[in-house]
Amino acid sequence: MANEVVLLDFWPSMFGMRTRIALREKGVEFEYREEDLRNKSPLLLQMNPIHKKIPVLIHNGKPVNESIIQVQYIDEVWSHKNPILPSDPYQRAQARFWADFIDKKMYEAQRKVWATKGEEQETGKKDFIEILKTLESELGDKPYFGGDEFGLVDIALIGFSTWFPSYEKFGNFSIEQECPKLIAWVKKCLQRETVAKSLPDPEKVTEFVSMLRSKFVPE
Amino acid sequence: MNQGEQVKVLGLWGSPFSKRVEMVLKLKGIPYEYIEEDVYGNKSPMLLKYNPIHKKVPVLVHNGRSIAESLVIVEYIEDTWKTSQTILPQDPYERAMARFWAKYVDEKVMVAIWKACWGPRSEREKETKEAYEGLKYLEKELGDKHFFGGETIGFVDIAADFIGYWLGIVQEASGVTIMTAEEFPNLQRWSKDFIDNNFVKEVLPPKHELAALFKAQFGSVTSD
Repeated sequence: MANEVVLLDFWPSMFGMRTRIALREKGVEFEYREEDLRNKSPLLLQMNPIHKKIPVLIHNGKPVNESIIQVQYIDEVWSHKNPILPSDPYQRAQARFWADFIDKKMYEAQRKVWATKGEEQETGKKDFIEILKTLESELGDKPYFGGDEFGLVDIALIGFSTWFPSYEKFGNFSIEQECPKLIAWVKKCLQRETVAKSLPDPEKVTEFVSMLRSKFVPE
Repeated sequence: MNQGEQVKVLGLWGSPFSKRVEMVLKLKGIPYEYIEEDVYGNKSPMLLKYNPIHKKVPVLVHNGRSIAESLVIVEYIEDTWKTSQTILPQDPYERAMARFWAKYVDEKVMVAIWKACWGPRSEREKETKEAYEGLKYLEKELGDKHFFGGETIGFVDIAADFIGYWLGIVQEASGVTIMTAEEFPNLQRWSKDFIDNNFVKEVLPPKHELAALFKAQFGSVTSD
């Protein structure tokens, strides 16, 4: 049976990056389609009518939405190599818990760092650093969040690293200073080919975020 | 079942999140010790130890190790106790769909309903519209099926426990009506079957106590 995999995505999306990495971890051939979020394609609207968001994974014509759900789906369908979730139920639960933590906390917090100014930004920055420190504490001395193997939580978080220079620029702080272990983890993940291929150049992301910021925060 | 398995649930009697965990344990026939937590008052040292990140309930403690976040717990129970009563489908695509709808209920529909009933007044109209639309999507997804999970109660039914039981009470207590029998016949029929299930019934908090709790904590639309 032909395996047709299409990914509707947007290049700076830290969520899209998760699905790109997961597909590459499994060696799945896929067609990447760039979406213009100001002009969403009929296919996107048809495949994700409720949220109208990317990434959308289309496997043999059937859509799977929400990045963490997509990553688990990919893990279950292409189970022959590079497991993304651990096999032990307790470790799986921990992985899901931390992926959920990242989803619930990171996005809103990081948004305040680049999209606001003044007091709102200062509070946002404090919250964001606290979240990073919580994650760094969870990582501890392990090579990856799951332990020795690259897995779900690493995939859930790594895409945000392409936005780190943007946070540092607009938030006026150094992530390496606050969370050196986390930065070491980022560098380690970038050595992985599937990650390096799936992440955009952070400089390009910073240009993009600058453009976005000028819309939210007219200086 | 292993002898000497220690399963504890730290919960809150009126919480739909807490009840999700208890429903699944009952459905799968897993004995557990229930511990009521004074979440809004005095959080116990045990709660702070077992859920240091969010400090919320429910928390499942299994042989001394803790898991938090109700839907993560439900998946853990499913992964750990292989019983004939399964909560998630076997097929990966169906599983992805179940996870999608459960997340939709959790993050969009429940939030909109809550805000519509008790959020800031200026936002209630917008939230009511969102809640209505969300319920319409669920109505369509349920369709003619007995439960969201098909013939038996599944992951989405468990996630939607608030809609099945709490919503009616919340609507009465707040004076805000979003889901009516006329507009949502499938959900209406489903909710009757859901709360009629023996295992679900066993753990549901008493209606009058919940109503009193809502009225006391949140007042009502008219008494602003």
